[in-house]
Amino acid sequence: MFDTEVMTAVPAPALGARPQVPLELLGQQARPVTLSAERSLPVLDALAPLLPEGGLPRGVSVGVDGPGATSLALGLVAAASAAGSWTVVVGAPDLGLVAAAEAGLALARTVVVAPPPPDRWSTVVAALAESVEILLVSPVTRVRPTDLRRLATHLRTRGGVLVRLPGPGSWPEAPDIFLRTSHPGWRGAVPPDRLDGAGRLRARRLVVEATGRRRAARPRRLELWLPDAEGRPAPVVAADPTAPVAPPAPAAGWAHAV
Amino acid sequence: MVHVDAPARALVVQVPDWPVLAAGHDRSEPVVVVHANRVVAASTAARAMGVTLGLRRREAQRRCPDAVLVAADPARDARAFEPVVAALEAVTPRVEVTRPGAAAFTTRGPSRYHGGDEALGARVVEVLSAALARPGPVRVGVADGAFAASCAARPGGPPGPGEDPTSRAGDDDPVRVVTAGDAPAFLAPWPVQVAARHLGTPDAEGAADVLGRLGLRTLGALAQLPTPDVLARFGTDGVLLHRLARGLDPRPLATRRPAPELAVGAELDPPVERVNALAFRAVALADELHAHLGRDGRTCLRLAIEVETEHGELRRRSWRHEGGLTAAAVAERARWQLDGWLNGPAADRPTAGITRLLLDPEEVVAAQGRQRGFWGGETRIDEGAGRALARVAALLGTEAVTVPELRGGRGPSDRIGAMPAAAVDLGGERVVARPDAEGPWPGRLPAPSPALVFAQPAVVDLRDADDRPVGVGGRGLITAAPAHLGRHPVVGWAGPWPTEEHWWDPDRARRRARVQVVLADGTAHLLALEGGAWHLEGTYD
Repeated sequence: MFDTEVMTAVPAPALGARPQVPLELLGQQARPVTLSAERSLPVLDALAPLLPEGGLPRGVSVGVDGPGATSLALGLVAAASAAGSWTVVVGAPDLGLVAAAEAGLALARTVVVAPPPPDRWSTVVAALAESVEILLVSPVTRVRPTDLRRLATHLRTRGGVLVRLPGPGSWPEAPDIFLRTSHPGWRGAVPPDRLDGAGRLRARRLVVEATGRRRAARPRRLELWLPDAEGRPAPVVAADPTAPVAPPAPAAGWAHAV
Repeated sequence: MVHVDAPARALVVQVPDWPVLAAGHDRSEPVVVVHANRVVAASTAARAMGVTLGLRRREAQRRCPDAVLVAADPARDARAFEPVVAALEAVTPRVEVTRPGAAAFTTRGPSRYHGGDEALGARVVEVLSAALARPGPVRVGVADGAFAASCAARPGGPPGPGEDPTSRAGDDDPVRVVTAGDAPAFLAPWPVQVAARHLGTPDAEGAADVLGRLGLRTLGALAQLPTPDVLARFGTDGVLLHRLARGLDPRPLATRRPAPELAVGAELDPPVERVNALAFRAVALADELHAHLGRDGRTCLRLAIEVETEHGELRRRSWRHEGGLTAAAVAERARWQLDGWLNGPAADRPTAGITRLLLDPEEVVAAQGRQRGFWGGETRIDEGAGRALARVAALLGTEAVTVPELRGGRGPSDRIGAMPAAAVDLGGERVVARPDAEGPWPGRLPAPSPALVFAQPAVVDLRDADDRPVGVGGRGLITAAPAHLGRHPVVGWAGPWPTEEHWWDPDRARRRARVQVVLADGTAHLLALEGGAWHLEGTYD
């Protein structure tokens, strides 16, 4: 009796009148819930076009090379660091932390580890990869393939990102995402035939090419300011002369370095 | 007859709202000190607008829109408190710092010397008021035991339920003396939470919470319970609270001083002049001390840190924490202490480097229950990350794991300091910029800074178009534009930035001039000329 009353209060939907949901949307709804933000770490807007889905996918290794590779590595992890991830730098005693702070790295969540001796390198990096989200690593020697596999497993389970800084060591395998810089051009210096050294290095324009595996396989190319006048990566805005990052007019201040 | 368990008579002095004063503000300005988005201290003016401790930052800003927000910085609080404690040493040499803004000492000797507890209290108020950089009220409480004395030092009576104990105006007499033997009666109306806060451990807070839910809200009600029942039902934390409620010290008084061999010390050769270097040594020593104590199942409640300079100047300071001092906490206090000394009044500053560092446990008790971990108890750093860093520090040595700190300076390498990570509470919102980091630093290179900075700058050869070495004249002008760096042609340059540092001190004086050069391959470098030779200081990679 009671049941039937309820049944009449809520009319059952007619079978034919099912709402027309696009199949794609239905697929998204049926998928286990993993937000895109959970699968990738945030990056600065200026660097987003270089990366698949505009973020740093968790669990990957990133290689950087070319002039400005260190600045690129710092810029790459700056947004994630500012958003609350811890950053550990291993084996890069020359890394300029003032530049890192200017790039946007949160020094309050940055730890620097001195270069470990070669026999302990893998233990140290694996222990960190297990629990820290961002690793900036420069190996002292050639990394063994077994160590690299172990490292990759830790990165995938933890969801961290390992950035390979240029250094004396080498890696047995290419990284998941590889960023190569080229064509650096500094603004702000004066040519050597002038003695009025009134300028200063203000910004560098360079080209970054991204290649990689799997989702990052599509090659991408981007021209950007790295660093801009404040030390951060900034997009090259050709049409907008009021862009805050635009360096001074390139009249006498060009370093003919391209 | 004197009861053996009776606590020593103690004087507690508190400067209310110390973080506000330490940040360089007056209590009459609306100032709110926040940590991790919560209010940890507020000035009188801010509290008058309804700001209470523990409030969310946003809510505090809503209640008091004009408030100046200051980030909490325990190091700054301790640094500013150091001269105040030094002034207090004129009254008695045995001062313990409970926390920045509060100190305690036993009154037996000084009280007799000054003619009674009231006279001693008045003298302390007088001395401290003179030592404070900004005028602020000073509160003094004298009672049996440090806990009763600290309650007596609070303005007004016991706070009612839910009331913020620091929110009273408290214009009554700054000195309050509880006569001997009256401590239990005096404490009876105070809430149990006050005792838990005095112990300062999360476990004690938890126990107080449970007691409150059972209806035992005041210390008087708790004191009436028989001790064995409290122990059986509430464990060690319950007993600690019960002892406090009965006007006793939380742990039975150590009848004798710990054996001197518990003290650990290090001779520093060469003498140490920098706070960080001392902190490194303090971490190692604190670890050693903890290993010693831990083996015997003991924990240190009061620890004296003693530093001695090459000229024999000695600074000894006792630090107390009822929950036991961890290695990191010890190292942090050593850093505060030296920081306060080095940045204190010019007349009291040490005149030479530190040659000896001694950690002397003054009060040691049997460790009860859980010890806080290496990385501190209330850290919000991911626990796994903390463990991984501790493990790396164990593998590579404490010096190998550092956290950066921004400092004042002109060159890129001067502007970054490294603190041992073990000496820093990584969980808190760490303050990475030292007060002098912003400057002004004339001659400092503006951003962007070099991404690579070399610890040992290599000597390089910088020549002009006629193959003569490039120099910088006495007036800071370059002799010729650089054209070659080694065999690389220079295509662009900027500078020079001459700096003259510490010219008043012949041992530390440095004259340098920096230039930036861009080479044909597009790389840019920062070069520094010093003593006639160019060095590669950094690369704009």
